[in-house]
Amino acid sequence: MQTVQTFEIGHTQFLNPDGDPIAPLPERSDDRVGAISLYRSMVLTRVFDARSVALQRTGRMGTFASSLGQEAVGAGTAMAMLKEDILIPSFREQAAMLGRGIAIGEYLYYWGGDSRGSDSSGSPLDFPISVPVGSHAPHAAGVALALKLRNEPRVAVCMFGDGATSKGDVYEAMNIAGAWSLPVVFVVSNNQWAISVPREAQTAAETIAQKAIATGFPGEQVDGNDALAVWERASVAIEKARNGGGPHLIEALTYRLCDHTTADDATRYRDDETVSQYWKNDPIARFKSFLTKHHNWTKSEEEKLLEGCNKEVEAGVEAYLASTPLPVSSIFDHLFAELPKDIAAQRSLVIKRAGEGNDG
Amino acid sequence: MMAEITLIDAVNLALSRAMEEDESVIVLGEDVGIDGGVFRATNGLIEKFGSNRVLDTPLAEGVIAGVSVGAATQGLKPIAEIQFMGFIYPTIDQMVNHASRLRTRTRGRLTCPMVLRAPYGGGIHAPEHHSESTEAMFTHIPGLRTVIPSSPASAYGLLLAAIRDPDPVVFLEPKRIYRAVKEDVVDDGKALPLDSCFVLRPGHDITLVTWGAMIMETMAAAETLAQEGYEAEVIDVATLAPLDMGTILASVERTGRCIIVHEAARNGGYGAEIAARLAEEGLMYLTAPVGRVAGYDTIMPMFRLEDHYMPNEDRILEAARERLEY
Repeated sequence: MQTVQTFEIGHTQFLNPDGDPIAPLPERSDDRVGAISLYRSMVLTRVFDARSVALQRTGRMGTFASSLGQEAVGAGTAMAMLKEDILIPSFREQAAMLGRGIAIGEYLYYWGGDSRGSDSSGSPLDFPISVPVGSHAPHAAGVALALKLRNEPRVAVCMFGDGATSKGDVYEAMNIAGAWSLPVVFVVSNNQWAISVPREAQTAAETIAQKAIATGFPGEQVDGNDALAVWERASVAIEKARNGGGPHLIEALTYRLCDHTTADDATRYRDDETVSQYWKNDPIARFKSFLTKHHNWTKSEEEKLLEGCNKEVEAGVEAYLASTPLPVSSIFDHLFAELPKDIAAQRSLVIKRAGEGNDG
Repeated sequence: MMAEITLIDAVNLALSRAMEEDESVIVLGEDVGIDGGVFRATNGLIEKFGSNRVLDTPLAEGVIAGVSVGAATQGLKPIAEIQFMGFIYPTIDQMVNHASRLRTRTRGRLTCPMVLRAPYGGGIHAPEHHSESTEAMFTHIPGLRTVIPSSPASAYGLLLAAIRDPDPVVFLEPKRIYRAVKEDVVDDGKALPLDSCFVLRPGHDITLVTWGAMIMETMAAAETLAQEGYEAEVIDVATLAPLDMGTILASVERTGRCIIVHEAARNGGYGAEIAARLAEEGLMYLTAPVGRVAGYDTIMPMFRLEDHYMPNEDRILEAARERLEY
């Protein structure tokens, strides 16, 4: 038997958990402004997640999926994107969405059961989060197809978790992206858990990155708790796609330090001892150390940044809590470009029943 | 330009017309390129519009629909072909979870102007999984339009309307009559209205409501009834959802009797929705119970026995006479 194909999966890590270099640092590591922006994105996400869980626990918001411990993946990915690129995220990628500019108050709407949660006025080109796992991966291919057909130097970036890579949707999307050499980058937040099912029970593949090889384009691993590694490798992949180099997959290895959602109890399937080990690998502490050592990040800068994040989150929370629901007519207002007559009668009825008065 | 053409030719003509008129229209699916589609609906399009606008996809229906959703959000108007309705089910996740609700969930920020085309129905002695009529599945989904033509002219006009519509349309083509009749179709780019039923034959004794290929048997039954002295009104529903109930109600108000004819299994078929609406909104017009002539509630048989499954003129006549003599 002849060997007709072999493959290698690379893994990139620049910083150890203490924030010290373990490999030659990429050029962008010297970009202090960029590094601070990336750090702020992660801190903002953590403050936001904590506040959101508290809102849910006190009955002021619905079920919420925190991203505790995974912040570097989304923050690094968003940093690597240009404004005109398009993010197609799943439901635990608030770090990327906040990095892209979605407003805190708007995002709270989503988990507060209000469709304004998908307004995304800060990043109006991006997709709303996709709840049916992996079902948004084909959209990324479709978006990339449109960009490619119009010769636009823009990239679709699709984010999902390790569980999603078991779905046919993701395989089909990657397959068509490879076949058509589409400008799309798939970023997998491999947080080791699909609710209660661990990564090793999800697939016999040694890496998720190698699933890209099967569909004809490169896949690689990065340390997903090393924000610098995510930022660097996502940038390389996205710029390659922008320049006609086709799709790419990045498997970012991270760990979900929280429950799947506020409706989950992770102690049913993993012990606190294991989880506390992963806290030693906290992406925010690591990047803060790097900033301190490499960019002379000061205590007062840290305090100012924290204060700014807290203020931003509080302002968003206040706006959300002060808001009132949309008029009930809104449940029909965007069903079609123009509401068909047969359905318009139901709209009038629901307005009447809600006592809102007919607004036409 | 007027020509006598078949229904499949009319589909091809509408696709070509739409692609000429609007650069954002693209066609994608399995074998739609050089092969021209398994039924030749896309014949000649790749030569005319090139491989950037006529895309042969990998063999994966789910991603054909999903890619169409994504492309539609970026200003393209994708027309996706699924080869047979039996293979449409992997698209349902995309159509239900995304295509139908993208406008609603983003409050109009992202929209999904796509058409999902598929031939449906039995009667061509095709292999297993090639003959089902499961249109009611799609009619249940808010935010989707389900449109079914019944003639070359309606295929041309309704497909143009579906392509130009700013929202997703499931366009199901009755493949049994793809080549059954020829009709003069003017290639004038004129669309027919969506969300409207069409009265194909006026009458005052009984209303026969149907769609797709069953128009043939229903019109034949109306002709036979006429020879017996009964004038049947035949309504082609065309857009199943959202339903133009007004046209059906107005007809039944005049006739007092109604039979709904469809190939699909009776249980949960779209006839059930029309019958329910008649019971809710038109009970006082009725002088006889509403009837349904439908497929049986069994698996679509393989083709040696499919004629026993398909509603035919005799079954329509039997049901009609029962109501007329009620």
